[in-house]
Amino acid sequence: METSLYDFLYLISIVLFIIGLKRLSSPDTARNGNLIAAAGMGLAIIVSLIYPLDSGSNNYGWVTGGMVVGSAIGYTAARKVKMTAMPEMVSLFNGLGGACAMMISLVEFYNYPANTPLLNGAVFTTLFALFIGSISFTGSLVAYGKLEGFLRDSLVLPAPKIVNVVLLIAILVLGGYVLSLPDLNFTLVLVFLALSLFYGITFVTPIGGGDMPVVISLLNSFTGIGAALAGLIYNNQVMLVGGILVGASGTILTILMCKAMNRSLFNVIVGGFSSKGGASGDGREQVVREATPSDLAIELKYASKVIVVPGYGLAVAQAQHVVHELESMLEEEGVNFMYAIHPVAGRMPGHMNVLLAEADVDYPKLLELESANKEMPTTDVVLVIGANDVVNPAAKDDTSSPIYGMPILDVELAKNVVVLKRSMSTGYAGIQNPLFFGEKTRMLFGDAKSSLNKLKEEVDQA
Amino acid sequence: MEELTSFISDNLLMVYILVFAIFLGMEVISKVPTVLHTPLMSGANAISGVVVIGAILLIRQASTDDYLVLILGFLGIALAMINVVGGYAVTDRMLDMFKKKKSKI
Repeated sequence: METSLYDFLYLISIVLFIIGLKRLSSPDTARNGNLIAAAGMGLAIIVSLIYPLDSGSNNYGWVTGGMVVGSAIGYTAARKVKMTAMPEMVSLFNGLGGACAMMISLVEFYNYPANTPLLNGAVFTTLFALFIGSISFTGSLVAYGKLEGFLRDSLVLPAPKIVNVVLLIAILVLGGYVLSLPDLNFTLVLVFLALSLFYGITFVTPIGGGDMPVVISLLNSFTGIGAALAGLIYNNQVMLVGGILVGASGTILTILMCKAMNRSLFNVIVGGFSSKGGASGDGREQVVREATPSDLAIELKYASKVIVVPGYGLAVAQAQHVVHELESMLEEEGVNFMYAIHPVAGRMPGHMNVLLAEADVDYPKLLELESANKEMPTTDVVLVIGANDVVNPAAKDDTSSPIYGMPILDVELAKNVVVLKRSMSTGYAGIQNPLFFGEKTRMLFGDAKSSLNKLKEEVDQA
Repeated sequence: MEELTSFISDNLLMVYILVFAIFLGMEVISKVPTVLHTPLMSGANAISGVVVIGAILLIRQASTDDYLVLILGFLGIALAMINVVGGYAVTDRMLDMFKKKKSKI
């Protein structure tokens, strides 16, 4: 059958993907870029619905059913999710894409013709897609669980490194064995699947919540690679190019994130943040000073420059709007109010920018790491709201600290530091923060939103 | 090894596309301001839902009574569509906030 028209339409959707991604990487065109990429996807799906096939009975009922159910769930979830829960959502969506790649490969094996030698590129590709898809699926679910909080960081599997290495070797050996058999052994493929799924869990579980953005980005590129491999199986250029584009972008993004934390990807995956090490403060009694909202309000009101360091705590408490209100109140008093955004603040790079944009904070008020650090010495009050590891001086001077070497916001250079925090508990890296015991530091305990609301009232009255 | 080389030569065009797409993907992405990392990750994630095409082709090639394939394919389509539709919708929502900002300045 003549398929060149359809292939040409596929080509158009590939071009739309590329233009979309290109436009997504610049603030002015990003929204438009997303729509272009979505149009490319729509076109690719339509073409694959009408593409002439040699065999099969189309089963449009099943296709439509799946599409309607998936679209409805996806759309509802995307509309309802809170902006603060974005990383979890992306992780969950990503896992589902991985699950699809996994199912496709599984069916490919199920349909594999009997008495055909297996040692060929097609089977290798399918097996690889099964492996990648499975890891992406279970790994993303674990990442989702960790971010949502129902999987604790303290949940540690025994000897994770050994388990991971042994599992990986077992998977490789089993994969090689399946390929070397004269005939397909579907049971072994199922065992391979089970091991891969389990590996996804053991791969992500030991990695601390603070590293989740890196992991999600990595798993995102895995799903892309899975889609590309499926594209090889089906000889489908859209899947191949679309998947590889995601694979490459996910990898670049992962590397950018690692750079921001001054760690290598290997270190993130193998090392993980261990809760030992960097135990500064152990052994001697350390005192924290508490701030009261009324004193702080007066200080803020008469300050000339205030910098807010937002972190995940701000996101959890949904305090982005309150902080913006406080900003407006203090600006009326003539305070120069700015935000210092650490590249890995929150759970994803750019997470804080999205949140503060939601609360209508002016873009020029957001300072990046370097320019923020230049402002610190002349700042009267730094408000650290729900951030911890990104302001931990141990990263600069404690070589035993697991976050040693990560660039941080030098808040201790400011005249006063006030940390808004729920308790003295450690951050996601699970390490104590010497900043809290610093001479200039005071703590304001409580949920970020209610603390800020109290602060607002006091500013109003003062 | 022979099988592998023959696979590559049989699919030479696809292998070319694969290699070029890797470079293209890295080129397109490498210059992105931090602000856009989250939307970009989310948008790219939606594109990875392109795997849905595989599931669609898979179901269309199946016969009407092959229920295992039909059910797995149905699940595959549904899950990947959540990824696609949810991914684009969520990205649009995020970027909408930046746009609001823009018009005000």
